[in-house]
Amino acid sequence: MSKQHITTTINGEPMEFLAEPHMALLDILRDEMHLTGSKEGCGSGDCGACSVIMDGRVVCSCLVLGVEAEGAEITTIEGIANGEDLHPVQRKFLEHAALQCGFCTPGLIVATKALLDRNPDPTETEARYWLAGNLCRCTGYDKIIRAVMDAAAEMRGA
Amino acid sequence: MSSLSYAAPTSIDEAVGILAGAQGLARVMSGGTDLLVQLRSGRTKPDIIVDTKKIPGIMGIKDADGGFVIGAATSCAVLGEHAGLAAAYPGVVEASGLIGSTQVQGRCSLAGNLCNASPAADSVPAMIAARATAIVVGPNGQRAVPVEQIVVGPGRTSLAKGEFILEFHLPKPAPRSSDAYLRFIPRTEMDIAVVGAGIRLALDASGIIVDACVALGAVAPTQMLVPEGAKAIIGTKLDEAALAKLDAAARAVCNPITDKRGTIDFRIKIAGVLARRAAAIAYKRAGG
Repeated sequence: MSKQHITTTINGEPMEFLAEPHMALLDILRDEMHLTGSKEGCGSGDCGACSVIMDGRVVCSCLVLGVEAEGAEITTIEGIANGEDLHPVQRKFLEHAALQCGFCTPGLIVATKALLDRNPDPTETEARYWLAGNLCRCTGYDKIIRAVMDAAAEMRGA
Repeated sequence: MSSLSYAAPTSIDEAVGILAGAQGLARVMSGGTDLLVQLRSGRTKPDIIVDTKKIPGIMGIKDADGGFVIGAATSCAVLGEHAGLAAAYPGVVEASGLIGSTQVQGRCSLAGNLCNASPAADSVPAMIAARATAIVVGPNGQRAVPVEQIVVGPGRTSLAKGEFILEFHLPKPAPRSSDAYLRFIPRTEMDIAVVGAGIRLALDASGIIVDACVALGAVAPTQMLVPEGAKAIIGTKLDEAALAKLDAAARAVCNPITDKRGTIDFRIKIAGVLARRAAAIAYKRAGG
């Protein structure tokens, strides 16, 4: 099967790529677009390290075919900051030291942004359930949740 | 290199034509959250993937004569955000909301959960209890199939070559009716049901159950109806005697396996417990 020509929008920019049907969006992002912020942890939708926002929903890019990106709007970790200005979620992850090795961090930040876009005032329980599909083997999650709740408060202007 | 091809048809006829005419293995894709895992691990080697999401009507929820028409590939996240559906069928919504993580919820669908044909699929007992009907389209036109007749064994469905599910119909809820779904997992989130129980019931004005539908998952090769369980609680106010009969009826139909998630004995016991608890929740939701 020949490659298919896909036209899509990534981080606000019109993009085109060629994809074989079996290729996951994650592999396209990393290997073709050189957007290596999205990580492959498990490759089976369990760990969330490859989280991207696709048409307003946070999804695992390892469980999306590249060819499904036709006409879609995709935001990756590279599109979260506004130029040199970090997004509040990114800043709070740094302030709270909500990471150690950093492998899960892009996925957690993308998933947290998707949460706060939808629910600016989540309870801690809501935040923990929302992020249950983002695994972190370093932090024990406590600092992550503190960063999420603090980012939410700042973004609400509280 | 892979010889896989991909099609995203934009009409039912086009999709049926591709599926019916496919050489080799054709796999229907909705959200892809099971299919891509199988694809990436090499457990399935399809020759073509037919992505249904661009077919009109297959995405989204419509009100229909007091009931609902749910597009087969509608993501479970969308189900959870539909206030009318959540009010009328809270059991269906809570069951579909248990599938995977937030990321999976954004893609996974009722048709995918059903046609993946896992005995542990969470949405299926709730859909059976809700008396949901699947609208199957294929080379011979359209047919309406009760959800409990779709899965015939682990990984196997009754759909013929060229067929796929277009939508699900949920009937207009009876007055004073509601539903509930419970599953047992050893943690709080992100796990696969050891046992699942879905129950829908309707009450009369005095709180007596006048109609009930009981379904179990993960305790047999397929999800199944438990007619004796429904009989045990109809005509009662869900008193202790009725609950005990329901518990016994649920245990009696179990034909589970022992695996890493639970033993045969454990699954049978828990089926009774969850049937009681789900019935109690549905009864309260129905206004009892």
